[in-house]
Amino acid sequence: MASLVTKKSVLLARLVKNVGDCTKRLSSHFIYYPDNDKPVEGETTKMNMMQAINNAMDLTLKNDPTAVLFGEDVAFGGVFRCALGLQEKYGKDRVFNTPLCEQGIAGFGIGLATAGATAIAEIQFADYIFPAFDQIVNEAAKARYRSGGQFDCGALTIRTPCSAVGHGGLYHSQSPEAFFAHVPGLRVVVPRGPITAKGLLLSCIREKDPCVFLEPKILYRSAAEEVPVEDYTIPLGKAQVLREGSAATLVGWGTQVHVLLEVAALAEAQLGARCDVIDLQSILPWDEDTVCNSVKKTGRCLIAHEAPLTSGFGAELAATIQEECFLHLEAPIARVTGWDAPFPHVFEPFYLPDKWRCYQALTEILNY
Amino acid sequence: MALKTGASVLRLNTLRNAAVRYVERVLQLLSTHTRPEIAQNTKHAEFPGAKAPYVTEMKFLNESSYDPIPIYRVLDNNGSVLESREEPNIDKNELVNIYKTMVQLTQMDKILYESQRQGRISFYMTNYGEEGIHVGSAAALSPQDLVFSQYREVGVFLYRGVTVTELINQCYGNHEDPGKGRQMPVHYGNKHFNLVTISSPLGTQMPQAVGAAYALKRQPNNDRCVVCYFGDGAASEGDAFAAFNFAATLDCPVILLCRNNGYAISTPTNEQYRGDGIASRGPALGIRTIRVDGTDTLAMYNAVKQSREYAIANNKPVLIEAMSYRVGHHSTSDDSTAYRSVEEIQKWTTDESPLHKFKKYLETKGIWDEEAEKTCLKESRDTVVRTMQEAEKKKRPHWKEMLEDVYYDMPPRIQKQMKQMEEHLKKYPDKYPLDQYQD
Repeated sequence: MASLVTKKSVLLARLVKNVGDCTKRLSSHFIYYPDNDKPVEGETTKMNMMQAINNAMDLTLKNDPTAVLFGEDVAFGGVFRCALGLQEKYGKDRVFNTPLCEQGIAGFGIGLATAGATAIAEIQFADYIFPAFDQIVNEAAKARYRSGGQFDCGALTIRTPCSAVGHGGLYHSQSPEAFFAHVPGLRVVVPRGPITAKGLLLSCIREKDPCVFLEPKILYRSAAEEVPVEDYTIPLGKAQVLREGSAATLVGWGTQVHVLLEVAALAEAQLGARCDVIDLQSILPWDEDTVCNSVKKTGRCLIAHEAPLTSGFGAELAATIQEECFLHLEAPIARVTGWDAPFPHVFEPFYLPDKWRCYQALTEILNY
Repeated sequence: MALKTGASVLRLNTLRNAAVRYVERVLQLLSTHTRPEIAQNTKHAEFPGAKAPYVTEMKFLNESSYDPIPIYRVLDNNGSVLESREEPNIDKNELVNIYKTMVQLTQMDKILYESQRQGRISFYMTNYGEEGIHVGSAAALSPQDLVFSQYREVGVFLYRGVTVTELINQCYGNHEDPGKGRQMPVHYGNKHFNLVTISSPLGTQMPQAVGAAYALKRQPNNDRCVVCYFGDGAASEGDAFAAFNFAATLDCPVILLCRNNGYAISTPTNEQYRGDGIASRGPALGIRTIRVDGTDTLAMYNAVKQSREYAIANNKPVLIEAMSYRVGHHSTSDDSTAYRSVEEIQKWTTDESPLHKFKKYLETKGIWDEEAEKTCLKESRDTVVRTMQEAEKKKRPHWKEMLEDVYYDMPPRIQKQMKQMEEHLKKYPDKYPLDQYQD
C-alpha cells in the first residue's frame, strides 16, 4: 500500500510536470487568470505556484531559525517539487523526511509547535490527511482552548495538495475543506495562484492558530505570474473581490475561481450581465461581510466548489447568505458542485462543476 | 523484539559495574546457546531494507523465539535493597519528600473519589497502585523536562510542585482553574511546571511528545528531554506506533514511559496484545528499552535517571515499560469487580503496594516511623478536605470564557455568537445558573 501510494505520487508528479504539454487532457476545465494587482510594490519575478510556495518556505527558513519543514519525501524536494533545494540550503535537521504515517506527521508537528518551534508539515495529498484527522480536529484545533491558553500549537501549518488534476481518481483529487470547516480553532485556507499562495502561506505560518493550507495541485505548474520577490502577507479571514458587477455574485475558491472568472466573462459577452466574482481564500473563519455585502448589492448568488454538494462548504455559505440577505435575494441561491459520489477517474469531465454547468446555473438564477 | 541474545544483554545491563571484559565473555557464553542458528560463511544480503545473512533453513519466528524481557527491581516486597550497588544515592529529605508526595496523592484520590460518589464533582480517576511510577520517575527528571501525560500521572504534577489547591480547582472547574473550567476533571495542565495539558483522546500525546523532543534537540545547548506517559491500552493506538517510529528515525531525546497496569478499562492485556508486552516493541523499532517493576519507586528512579542522561547525551529515545497493577477502578464511571476478582485486587493492595515497599525502605533507613506516618496522613487529609471546601465556594468562570481562546483573536462570527448569547441571557436570566458563575 505504502509503495503503491509513493509510486502513484511520483507518477502523478511526473504527469503534472507535463501539464503544459498536454493541457487539453489535464486541465481542460479551466483557463488560468493571472493576478495583475500586486499585494506589494517592488521587484517581481515570474513564478509558478510551486515556486511561489517554495519561495515562501525559503523566506521562513531563512528568517526563523526554529522553523522546520517535514513530511513524506520532502528531503529530495517533494513529489511536487515544492521543497526543491531547501534541504541543501538549510540542512537535514530542518528539511527532512518522516516515516510514512500521516497521524505521526500531524502529531509530530503539534509537538514541535507546543515546544516553541515553527512547524511546516506536508501531507502528500489532501486525500491522505484523514489518518491525521484526530490529531488535527481533537488536538491541534483544541489545544489553546482546553488549556485555558496555557499551551497552543499556533505555529503549526499543514500544507497539502488538493483538488482535481485531470486523472487523479478517488484518492488524488479530493477537496476536503468542508470536513475541516466544522472545527472551531482551525484556520483553513486555499490560494488561487502563485501570488496568493505565497502571501497566504506566509500568513498561515506566522498566524498564532494552527492552519490547514490546501494547495490546488493542478495550479502548481500551470499557474504562473509575476510574484513580488520580497516578503509579504495576505490577511487570513478575508475574501477578495476579483471582478465587479451588479447582476449576481459568484463565490468560489482555489481552481474554481478561474472557472467562475471565465463564466463571468462569458455571461458578460453572451448576456451582458456583469457579475461580482469573489475568491473566498479563507474557508474558516470565512469573510461573511464581503460575501453578504456583495449579495445585498446583486441580489443573486452562485456558489461553486469541486467537493460534493451535500454538507459541502457551499451549504454553510448558502445558509448564512439566506439568513443575512433574505430581503435582498431575487432568486434561490445556486450551488454548482461535484456530485455526491466519490471522485471518479474516467468520468472527471462530467463530475467537475465546469464552466458550462456554472453558466447554465447562472442563466437560471438570472432568469428566475 | 529482544532476540534471546538481546534479552541476555538486558539481563547483563544490571551488572553494568562489572568489568567490561567479563561482561563480554559472559555475553558470548549466553549468546551461543540462545542465538538462532545461522549458516556460517554466508555473506550479508544486499537488500536496502535489512542487514541480514541468508539461510537455507526455513524458520518462522514467534513469541517463543525470544526470552521475555526481564523486570528490573531494586527493592523486594519488604522494602529491602536486593543489590546494594543498585541503591540510588538520594538525599534523605528527598526520599521523605518522595514518600510524602505518594501519601498526598493517595489521600487526594480517596477524598475526591468519595466526593464524586456524593455528586460533588462530575468525574474522577484514581492512581492507586501506580504512585511509585509517577513519583519515582518525576524525581529522576529535571523540572525543566517537558511532560506529556495520559491522565493517570497526577503524582508527577504533585512532585513538580503543583498544589493540591490547583488540582482541586481543576476538578471543580472554578474560576481559579487555569483551564477555565473547559475540560473534565483530572485533565490537568501547568505551563509553569512544564506539564502539557492532558486531553482525553488516547495516544495522541505520543507523537506530539516526539515532536516536542525534536524541537528541544534543536535548541542551542539543550539539556532538556521530553517524557511521555501512556498506558498499555493506549499503546495499541496507531499514534503509539507513529511515536515509536518517529522517535527512532528522527533521533529524538524522549522517554516513552508505558504504565502497564494490566487493564484498559475492562480489557485485560491478553486481549490487548499477544507479544511480550510493550517493551518488546522498543528493540523492534530500534529503541533502547527496559522493563521495570513499577511498584518499586527506586527502580523507577534509576531507570528514568539513566534514560534521561542517555536521551540527552545521544539524542535518542528510550522506552520504559513500568509493570504495575491498576488497584482502583478505571474511573468513577466503572465498577471493576464486574470483570476481575476482589482477591486479585487484594493481592496487589497488600503484597505489592508501592507505598508499603517504599515506607519499609524509609523505616529501615531510620528516616520514617509510625509517628511520622500518622502526622503525614493527617496533614495530607486535612489539606485535601480544606481545599475542597474552599474550591466548592469559588464561582465558576464568567460564561463568556466559553468562547474565548478558540482562536488567538476572536473571529467576527464568534463575536457575533457571543452577542447573541448575551442578549439571550438578558431575556432569560432566570433560566440559567448565572449565580454560580462570575459576573
